[in-house]
Amino acid sequence: MEATVLGLPSTLFWTAFFVIGTFGLYIGIAVWARAASTDDFYVAGHDVHPVFNGMATAADWMSAASFLSMAGIVAFSGYDGSVYLMGWTGGYVLLALLLAPYLRKFGKFTVPDFVGDRYYSQAARIVAVICALFISFTYIAGQMRGVGIAFSNFLGVDITIGVIIGAIIVLFYAVLGGMKGITYTQVAQYCVLIFAYTVPAIFLSLSITGTPLPQLGFIGNTADGTPLLVDLDRTLSELGFASYLDGQKSMIDVFAITVALMVGTAGLPHVIIRFFTVPKASDARKSAGWALVFIALLYTTAPAVAVFARSNFIETVNESVYSEEVARGDARASAMGEDATPQWFYNWENTGLLEFTDKNGDGRIQYRADPETNEMTRLDRDIFVLANPEIGGLPGWVIGLVVAGGLAAALSTAAGLLMVISSAVSHDLCRKVLFKNMSDTQELLVARLAAVGAVLVAIYAGINPPGFVAAVVAFAFGLAAASFFPVIFLGIFWKRMNKEGAIAGMLIGLSITAAYIVHFKIGFSSVVLGVVALIIGIVLLIMHFGLKEQGDTRAMLIGSIVFGLIFLGGVFGVLPDFAIGTANQWFLGVSPEGFGAIGMVISFAVSIIVSLATKAPPEDVQNMVEEIRLPSKAAHVSHPGAAPAE
Amino acid sequence: MAETDHPTGGEPPKGPPGDHMISESKFKKYWRANLNLMGVLLAIWFIVSYGFGILFRDVLDNFSIGGAPLGFWFAQQGAIYVFVILIFVYSAMMHRIEQKFDVDDDEG
Repeated sequence: MEATVLGLPSTLFWTAFFVIGTFGLYIGIAVWARAASTDDFYVAGHDVHPVFNGMATAADWMSAASFLSMAGIVAFSGYDGSVYLMGWTGGYVLLALLLAPYLRKFGKFTVPDFVGDRYYSQAARIVAVICALFISFTYIAGQMRGVGIAFSNFLGVDITIGVIIGAIIVLFYAVLGGMKGITYTQVAQYCVLIFAYTVPAIFLSLSITGTPLPQLGFIGNTADGTPLLVDLDRTLSELGFASYLDGQKSMIDVFAITVALMVGTAGLPHVIIRFFTVPKASDARKSAGWALVFIALLYTTAPAVAVFARSNFIETVNESVYSEEVARGDARASAMGEDATPQWFYNWENTGLLEFTDKNGDGRIQYRADPETNEMTRLDRDIFVLANPEIGGLPGWVIGLVVAGGLAAALSTAAGLLMVISSAVSHDLCRKVLFKNMSDTQELLVARLAAVGAVLVAIYAGINPPGFVAAVVAFAFGLAAASFFPVIFLGIFWKRMNKEGAIAGMLIGLSITAAYIVHFKIGFSSVVLGVVALIIGIVLLIMHFGLKEQGDTRAMLIGSIVFGLIFLGGVFGVLPDFAIGTANQWFLGVSPEGFGAIGMVISFAVSIIVSLATKAPPEDVQNMVEEIRLPSKAAHVSHPGAAPAE
Repeated sequence: MAETDHPTGGEPPKGPPGDHMISESKFKKYWRANLNLMGVLLAIWFIVSYGFGILFRDVLDNFSIGGAPLGFWFAQQGAIYVFVILIFVYSAMMHRIEQKFDVDDDEG
């Protein structure tokens, strides 16, 4: 029988203990780090130490999916999983070299701030705000869902209640502390999650390869001296599975996805704003380096865990003798002899993450690729992280720690996204576009209200996940790669880049990429077309109010009403339904996840061509670009006479 | 890179005390040095990930590191280590370039 603590099964007790304990810690930090000014609220007063900002960035960056699913994704896809490992780390090199120090020198609060000022255009600012909001909402819905699932699986509470508890915790420290509260909470969350991830991995590595470092175990040998990877590859092919070392995706698709993820990482607003919080430009570079160190700790451990866990699963579960007695809890697996299914298998069967159906009635578990003979009817990829403590023979409290780590990963990412949404609404939309004479106090109030509103939407999306949440990777990274990255990069490195080029590049990159992803992931049904019309209508309406004083914008108002009507038509099914695209229609064989790479190239091309065809940006903007390129606040470029445009 | 400074004369320093002006030609040299360094590091960035891990992995897989084929290892481990090193190398070398051209932010 399972051990109990205070009348609860020990796993449940320790899970509750760590979850409640860490949540208390986060709230305590939030109370300590209350934000008093807009500077505190948006950028933590610009005085976060680069190493701490690195940790916070790492926690912000690594979501529930990185923590719980990454090892499982790599374990099931082998070489193909490399796109995530390289794609979600390589973007930091682009950030450190190409964007972070210059954006920090620019010294404002948000990404739309940079776009609006550099391109001297309210329209560009509005387009950037809409992009930031869309990307962040897609992303946060997935995080909230992750929080709900973690709660329901491990604490036995309903998904809905889990989502609400998680959302209230995030809301508490985001509203109270803003970026300052979030930053220091994320530092704590990083410590929790990395400890929870590496400790079981070390024990797993010891028990399977005899070396404590998972990164060395990855290239190590099994007990009989064959390399672990070669052994796994051979075993998998014997069971009918695809090769671990070769992968299924075409080379061009692997290339495109890696580009889209790397460039998308560098263009994601919740990552970029983290570098506004350090004191100066050189710290932004260092901080990106530290962030990658902290991320790499998990990202180089994950592929090792993937190999250990899948090898171990085949070794100990495949062909093992399943006992109904143990499943009922009347006996321990250790009493069932050599070939018995390990105890952890029964424990996780109760959560529904594993399911076994004895199709051939031989009392043994057959794990095969062929769905006819495979008896593992459900094998959730998250099991490869969650079951590690038990597989490694660690005590029950380590499982509790892993659950707390998964929640820390989800909450820290959700908080970072919440910050982008809140600042986009209060600072970029309200202060800079709609109500220009707001005071700092009013802006802070709106920021807090916007955070509350965003959490309510996130709760709803977490409980009833809309279809596009499943395509979050394609959407968030593809759109960031095709809109923000080109416009920021060219804004820093090409003085001649002007507002016409920026607006055209963002809009065309964004719409082609979004259309491709929707066509192949969701399909343009009548309702989807209606929603697209609604988004266009809202953008036009904001443009109308934001640009009113600069000229006649009645056409935009009329346009927004027309698109509003199209939206209603779409919802009532009046618009045509187009069939969803299939993989053999992919452009150049590039999947929707990788299309951001092509969207980026299109965006660059359009930006450059349109800029060259229109007039150069004003001289003060060109001088601003020079200032951004100088890390020192005290150094200025002298221009004797009128400097000619570059 | 030549260390020579070209005083362009004319404009006196403006702004708060402690500010200093740098000539346009010095600024261009500084930026050129930055772009060169960046170009070299980004080339390495591209080679270890897209080159070793994707395009030429079949060739690299003929070799192995420990028990892992080399191309596969670069795609799942090696590239990430190189990424980390690249950022710290850039950070250190860029700081030297900035000091040389007197545009560093050591004083804020």
